[in-house]
Amino acid sequence: MKRHAAMVGWLFALPWVIGSLLFLAYPLLASIFYSFTNYSVLRSPRFIGLDNYRELVHDEVFLTTLKNTALYTISAVPLATVIAIALAMLLNTKVKGMTVYRTIFFLPSLVPMIALGVLWLWVFNSQNGLLNESLRWLGLPTPNWLDDPTVARWTLVIISMWGCGNAMIIYLAALQDVPTALYEAADLDGASSWLKTRHVTLPMISPVILFNAIMGFIGAMQTFALPYVMFPGGRPARSNYFFAMYLYDNAFLFQRMGYASAMGWIMFVVTLILTLMSLKVSSKFVHYEAS
Amino acid sequence: MTHSKTIGAAALAVLFASSVVISERTASRQTRSDRIVVTYWEKWTKDEMKAMKTIVDRYNASQSRVFVKMLSISGIAEKTLLAASGGNPPDVAGLWSDQVCQFGDANALVDLTPYAKRYGIKPSDYIPSYWKDLIHKGKLYALPTSPGSSALYVNQDLMPPEYNTPKKFPKTLSQLDRLVETVTVKKNGKIERLAFMPRSGFGGGSWPYLFGGALVRGDKITVNDRDNVRAWTWVTSFAKRFGMAETQQFQSTFGVTSSQDNPFIAKRLACIMEGPWFANFIRLYGHETKWFAVPMPYPDDRPDCAGYTVLNLNTLMIPRGAKHPDEAFDFIAFVQKQNNMELLCRLQYCNTPLSRVSEEFLANHPNPYIRVFDALARSPRAVGRERTGFLNQIQAEVSNAVDQMDLGQKTPQEALDDAQRRLEEGWQKYQKQVLGT
Repeated sequence: MKRHAAMVGWLFALPWVIGSLLFLAYPLLASIFYSFTNYSVLRSPRFIGLDNYRELVHDEVFLTTLKNTALYTISAVPLATVIAIALAMLLNTKVKGMTVYRTIFFLPSLVPMIALGVLWLWVFNSQNGLLNESLRWLGLPTPNWLDDPTVARWTLVIISMWGCGNAMIIYLAALQDVPTALYEAADLDGASSWLKTRHVTLPMISPVILFNAIMGFIGAMQTFALPYVMFPGGRPARSNYFFAMYLYDNAFLFQRMGYASAMGWIMFVVTLILTLMSLKVSSKFVHYEAS
Repeated sequence: MTHSKTIGAAALAVLFASSVVISERTASRQTRSDRIVVTYWEKWTKDEMKAMKTIVDRYNASQSRVFVKMLSISGIAEKTLLAASGGNPPDVAGLWSDQVCQFGDANALVDLTPYAKRYGIKPSDYIPSYWKDLIHKGKLYALPTSPGSSALYVNQDLMPPEYNTPKKFPKTLSQLDRLVETVTVKKNGKIERLAFMPRSGFGGGSWPYLFGGALVRGDKITVNDRDNVRAWTWVTSFAKRFGMAETQQFQSTFGVTSSQDNPFIAKRLACIMEGPWFANFIRLYGHETKWFAVPMPYPDDRPDCAGYTVLNLNTLMIPRGAKHPDEAFDFIAFVQKQNNMELLCRLQYCNTPLSRVSEEFLANHPNPYIRVFDALARSPRAVGRERTGFLNQIQAEVSNAVDQMDLGQKTPQEALDDAQRRLEEGWQKYQKQVLGT
């Protein structure tokens, strides 16, 4: 009977198992192999050892894209975390029509990236855009959001905040899980709102902050669609040329699939190391209820 | 399972089965099971697709053995390459001549030379500059559909009387410079209108050829040669003259080519380099605009560069691994017939790639200046695609170099020297890795 149940279980899981092996495990393993080859998609791969990895170390454009991606990640992820937590806290208050507000704040994260890119191109248009028109009306300076390299990278960081609705929903769920008894105890001790946030709310939702930060970090390292639409070729002067864009160009425009595979694995290792490091460091700051 | 759950499950199953059947029928509505079906991927959408559909319908009606099924595909170059590598490409792919060398190097295309011979298609049937774009390493890899050549569109209403006809319009760059001074409008430090911006419009990466330069000579990359540096110095002089920040801001107002925010249609630019198809966009988004088209003025000291134009060529190719190459070529050869080609080109507002052109085509073409574009395409100074599969990398590096010049980060010489160095390294790798030499 047990054996029969196991068979039935496997049978139900089989589509998923086959799909994973075919569409996840095989490409993953194949890309490791390709990263050690000259491979231009239509010709047979030729083994070249570590040449692709050696070349990457000296590739100026690769280093530029790494720098751009790192700068974007360390700017966008903390900012998105702060904004998502702040929004979640606001949406956790008991106000009439709260479900409507929650929906409104979540909706932007459902807009497809390409449509979003086109929309933001209009908002940030330096001469006629909505943002600069408003700044002009207020008598404030009007930066060139899209064409000035020092400003353009911040434009992307600002836009990335648009999609923090997903993280916000997770924070909201976490906030609603914080036991009210803790707040009551803090009230009895005469704690102010700030102290309650600092010593009750944040420690209680810290595992969720860690989770969202890591997911946001991984997502930021893979940024592609928005800059691809808004800043073709990473312009101006490659200031918005990100790692994933260079990987795509190598794979599909420059016919260097082997080189692109090596880039993919470098990114995987970098992401893995940084994730493990943040997990290690986080043990000092993250409070798990069970422990 | 309760009764209602059983009914629910059954209803879901019926819904699923019927959606599968309906979607399959919708997908195969175009096909004919009694004929050999040639799958044709094309990049076009909207009016251009409709025009090609007219030719496809003509072909399908012309005989009873083959049926061409045309599909509009986005990202067609990448998808064709991947489909060919996966062994399941379309029979015909509507790509650009840019891909001839790249795909040829990748061994992704069927050599059409023997087919052309069989059908009596000869080089002399085509305008030489277009024919050149179809050949790579001695092999014919594509045949054309609609082409283009660039000329200067001029807004007649924005011209002072001394320049407002094709005859009176500047012939040299120094005369054009004087026109720029006259037509440009600046208010409170903001540019409201410019006569001309070399980086806007079609062929903005090919200015070196106007000064006798070239990005590639033979198998040598030459992006930093003297004439190229001179060309980009001229291009960046516009930003310097009107202020870099102001020019950037002004350029950021430019919308896409086929919209009413196109700088020429919105009267922000008085002149713009575009292909013959641009007449259609003016008709759609700025029909009140009075305009004419003339050849681009040439440098005063290089009268031999008169007749400069940048060519564009849409093509049909047969990817390697296509299931019906013979039938695919039969369709391609049908498109090459003068009456079909002229119909397609007229519907798409293009000139013809064929050396023979009928008076009827020129006289009834919807672009009233089609003779200018046709003559330019036949000019010895017509600039086709660089004959290298390394073109994407060259374009990426040159575009970055021009950005650096525009931003004042580097002089044209410095930016092009950097691009040249990187491209030479890349070219060596390309030869080793892609060409296997």
